[in-house]
Amino acid sequence: MAILIDETTRIIVQGITGRIGRFHAEDMIRHGTNVVGGVTPGRGGETVLDRPVFDTVKDAVRETGAEASLVFVPPAGAADAIMEAADAGLRLTVCVTDGIPAQDMMKVKRFLRRYPSERRMRLIGPNCAGVISPGKAFMGIMPPHIYMPGRVGIVGRSGTLGYEAASQMQALGIGVSTSVGIGGDPINGSSFRDILELFEADPGTDAVMMIGEIGGPQEAEAAAYVRDHMTKPVVAYVAGLSAPKGRKMGHAGAIISAFGESAQEKVEILSSAGITVAPHPSAMGETVAHVLGFSRAA
Amino acid sequence: MDIHEYQAKEILARSGVPVPRGGLAYSPEQAAFRARELGEGPWVVKAQIHSGGRGEAGGVKLVHTPEEASAYAQSLFGRNLATRQTGPGGKPVFRVWVEEATDIAREIYLGFVLDRKSERVMIVASGHGGMEIEQLSEEDPESLIRQTVDPAVGITPFQCRELAFALGMEGEQVAACCRILNACYRAFRDHDATMVEINPLCVTGEGRLIALDAKMSFDSNAFFRRPEIAALRDRSQEDPRECTAQDNGLAYVGLDGTIGCIINGAGLAMATMDMIKLSGGEPANFLDIGGGASPERVVTAFRTVLADPKVQVILVNIFAGINRCDWVAAGIVKAFREANVTVPVVVRLSGTNVEEGQRIIRESGLALVTADTLADAAAKAVAALRSEAAA
Repeated sequence: MAILIDETTRIIVQGITGRIGRFHAEDMIRHGTNVVGGVTPGRGGETVLDRPVFDTVKDAVRETGAEASLVFVPPAGAADAIMEAADAGLRLTVCVTDGIPAQDMMKVKRFLRRYPSERRMRLIGPNCAGVISPGKAFMGIMPPHIYMPGRVGIVGRSGTLGYEAASQMQALGIGVSTSVGIGGDPINGSSFRDILELFEADPGTDAVMMIGEIGGPQEAEAAAYVRDHMTKPVVAYVAGLSAPKGRKMGHAGAIISAFGESAQEKVEILSSAGITVAPHPSAMGETVAHVLGFSRAA
Repeated sequence: MDIHEYQAKEILARSGVPVPRGGLAYSPEQAAFRARELGEGPWVVKAQIHSGGRGEAGGVKLVHTPEEASAYAQSLFGRNLATRQTGPGGKPVFRVWVEEATDIAREIYLGFVLDRKSERVMIVASGHGGMEIEQLSEEDPESLIRQTVDPAVGITPFQCRELAFALGMEGEQVAACCRILNACYRAFRDHDATMVEINPLCVTGEGRLIALDAKMSFDSNAFFRRPEIAALRDRSQEDPRECTAQDNGLAYVGLDGTIGCIINGAGLAMATMDMIKLSGGEPANFLDIGGGASPERVVTAFRTVLADPKVQVILVNIFAGINRCDWVAAGIVKAFREANVTVPVVVRLSGTNVEEGQRIIRESGLALVTADTLADAAAKAVAALRSEAAA
């Protein structure tokens, strides 16, 4: 089992005719992901990677039965591409695009709520590495070989730090059910809490590694959810202990601008909710192993 | 991106916010000219730097003659003004704003921010203006009034009225306050702002409302559709190293330590800095080389980090996904040939094309320290720093 995607999920790529979209679609197909087509307005009727290209997402859904979309559309058009996917009835969209204006994301979030919850699309990202269910399928830009199939979920803002966690776990023989990058933007589609809810309900996941960073209220919201509703163990790490206040650290959302947004404060909030916090970023794997009762030699 | 007070006032005035009449000066003579141009004094001369707290730092003065305006401007120009927000180095003053003095009866705080919890524009106001918002939320949290704006509807008349009454507006002031709130929201929305702050919004002796100080920040992700805002950037107010790095496509933040960092990904960069700190060192900078980094971009990263004279060791930590270890390795070798690398360099490569990357490093014959893990890399960087200090 896994969350969000598996080998049966029918996936389209919005922006498949671009250099980056095509490169990653090819990698996804090579690793067994069920990519059924792509969308680029004005390029309908063409074929890329032996898959049909459509002008609109609705065309793609009608012709291929697509359920999910991966968005590689440049920032100026990305919000519109996400809303198009939602309106076409997809259940999941993952947006990799970095640099979408915050007010566009505000509109996207408002737009998604116009659909009743049973047909409301789930958005992951933007500015994220994507989603991978190792050995089954992936949607995004991560190197799939560092993820060993298994029973620990990963959710994090940062792509590369997620890779770091997965490879530390692999080195200890711990596999991953699904890894989700929720992205580094201040306004994103799914929060830590949204993804924790899915892991809690997934019979294929035994524990969760959560990788936070400075800025924003989502780690605190996740802490309250873990304390009140979660039965599975959660391990966390928060990046940015040495980040100065008021400075943006790469990600648009990684900035300490209010009380409770520093790494130290988030570590305290998470610990007091019963979450085991890894003492440093090199100990993410070990801490998961410890919580699962693995011995280090195993 | 931040802009100057006078620029924010211009934008807000165009949207319909009343501001004092004033003029910009680039020289003491021009400051005196501006005062005369405005008519009868007194006037206020205000240093234009990207920072709040200018008043208490000596950057704002009430003057009674054009000569006094000129003399005060003379004392500001060319020097750095240090405020609570800028840190001890301060920021250089190249422009002053001269405006007619306002008769202040009462000061109000008014702020529009992007609230990450509600994912909407939030209005924060207080009848006790003049103080910074951080200070207000610590010392007088009860006075803060909040409203969030639905992006599909915009700010509503009832929200404006509620705010106006809560701020103690009376009679015609209620409508004036509502006009200001509407104008601020429009300015925020139509320019892709991330923050609009009027502090203080003054009630004058005659009962009129006027914005005495204003601040705006903007979402640089929206500059593709806001060229007029992007053009307001003042590079003199930014750290020159950060400016250059940004021009070269690197995210860089200068810090106070001695271990220079070259990393891919913002999260891994922050984590590596944490690891350096926990190993007993201090990072000199945050630097993310971004995705798909070419050897040339890696060389630029080396030049950027080496431009900081405090740097005594460089730590390169790459976990390649969309990046390629062989390109990064080629960039490191190129940097040694071209960028005059005089400090020890610790390299940790992982992920896409790692074997090829490690082979390039090995065969280069360069005196690099290699590391296998994040912890190993940080420990070796701190050890290299200590042996440098001992040597």
